Amino acid sequence: MYIIADIFSSEAVSEALDILKNDIPKAAWETFYVTALASLFSLILGLPLGVLLVTGSKGGIRPLPAPIMRILDVIINILRSIPFLILMIMVFPLTRLIAGSVVGTVPSIVPLVIAAFPFVARLVESSLREVDPEIIETAQSMGASPWKIVTRVMIPECMPSLISNFTIAVTTILSYTAMSGIIGGGGLGKIAINYGYYRYKHLVMIFAVIILVLMVQIIQTAGTFAAKKIDKRTRH
Amino acid sequence: MIEIKNLSKTFVTPDNTVEALKNINLSVNDGEIYGIIGMSGAGKSTLVRCINMLEKPTSGTVIVNGVDLGSLSDRELRKERSKITMIFQGFNLLMQRNCLKNICFPLEIAGVKKAEAKKRAEELLEIVGLPDKAKNYPAQLSGGQQQRIAIARALATEPKVLLCDEATSALDPNTTAQILDLIRDINKRLGITVIVITHQMSVVESICERVAIMDNGEVAEEGKVSEIFSHPKSLVAKRLVFPDSAETAELAGDEKLIRIIFNGHNSSARPLIAEMALKEGITANICYASTKTISGDLYGNMIIGIPNDEETVKRAMAFLKEENVTAEEV
Repeated sequence: MYIIADIFSSEAVSEALDILKNDIPKAAWETFYVTALASLFSLILGLPLGVLLVTGSKGGIRPLPAPIMRILDVIINILRSIPFLILMIMVFPLTRLIAGSVVGTVPSIVPLVIAAFPFVARLVESSLREVDPEIIETAQSMGASPWKIVTRVMIPECMPSLISNFTIAVTTILSYTAMSGIIGGGGLGKIAINYGYYRYKHLVMIFAVIILVLMVQIIQTAGTFAAKKIDKRTRH
Repeated sequence: MIEIKNLSKTFVTPDNTVEALKNINLSVNDGEIYGIIGMSGAGKSTLVRCINMLEKPTSGTVIVNGVDLGSLSDRELRKERSKITMIFQGFNLLMQRNCLKNICFPLEIAGVKKAEAKKRAEELLEIVGLPDKAKNYPAQLSGGQQQRIAIARALATEPKVLLCDEATSALDPNTTAQILDLIRDINKRLGITVIVITHQMSVVESICERVAIMDNGEVAEEGKVSEIFSHPKSLVAKRLVFPDSAETAELAGDEKLIRIIFNGHNSSARPLIAEMALKEGITANICYASTKTISGDLYGNMIIGIPNDEETVKRAMAFLKEENVTAEEV
């Protein structure tokens, strides 16, 4: 058990400020680009999968055989129910195959994407289901193909919701990056764990966490603003 | 020309089977405004969705301009649909697109070049009377204005047939009249065949030439609006034409009740009941009246009560016959 006074002792503060100056900028950058890349790849995989979950369902615009939908559903649920910490270890072989190594900042992107894309798919699914079925019927009555309905009607119509939901996904991925510090992924998580947990330098941990909190705040604020800004359903 | 032959549609769910349409036979001529009326659940929305194959019929055929829609592949059907467009009760505009881009939407689907689509959309905004709303979003428009944009969108691909599914049911009476005027105007100017689905008799009266009355998945009665309006035969037609006359008739005491039916009679300008009092000396008590003027002619019915003696009734009937209205003792 640590004592508050120890955390803020003059040596601790000066040491923490040193680390803040030397290590944290690089760590923050690592957290940023890992989050950005993992979010991007999760979107690339999750968006089409989410679309498929809606269009392929019974009563969707391009229904797929029920067993296929069932299998997709189960796979997504399985991936989403494995705790991230365990998933990271379980996907080592795949990580090695893709990134050449299992330890490091870039390799940590692989488990992040595998954990996040099913989540993104579910969020995309829920956003797309918000689109009024009558609007889809209207597009069908005009002779729109399923592809045009997805790209010209469904996605544009629920864009504000997609942005809100994707913001949630990005903040979740950001918090996962902190966990990947355990298996050698770089970033603020690594700083917090290495200094705060292994070496009892709690002030450093607090600094790292404060920066993580700020990053989440910025992402969330930007996402909320963008979702509101592009939504044309308001009167003015 | 739209021909519907032996059309049936059955919905099968795990726990029950619903026969939404039973052996429907209808034909709609080119350039006419045809009404399909019925109470909720009568099957009229299913019928109109079978006309553009949004619902695939269980059996029977739909032939539009000589093309059997049931025989087409998905791709061919999509192409054909640009010639059979539709407007809806809920307008169903794309909320994230401005009005101009909404009207461009069916043209985008049809692969029309952007500049050309924009030009056509601007013309259509002019036709529906909203040239200044191009940059506005649907949420900024009233219901009537949104329906005008929806009509412009439906006209973009120069369709041969316009299907209106309860298109005025969400609008107030004034706006309804304006939208119906617009539909009539489009029908006249562009020669588009219009099929109007509604539960409101007033809509049929004001724009349709012929009407089919649907009840429980079947066509109960079909024909010219003026005929059905003056001589409804089926029970459902009577209920639609005279919503509450049945109860009124029982209120009379020892008077003789006579039902007068105005069938496009030009008597709207002449006070029929007053003249009967003046010429024949018969004072009539008006028990019930529901009359409407359709393009200058009077339609509707009226129930009057007169003194109940044989001689008076005889004279009254003779007078009414001379006045060229249909009268019957109730």
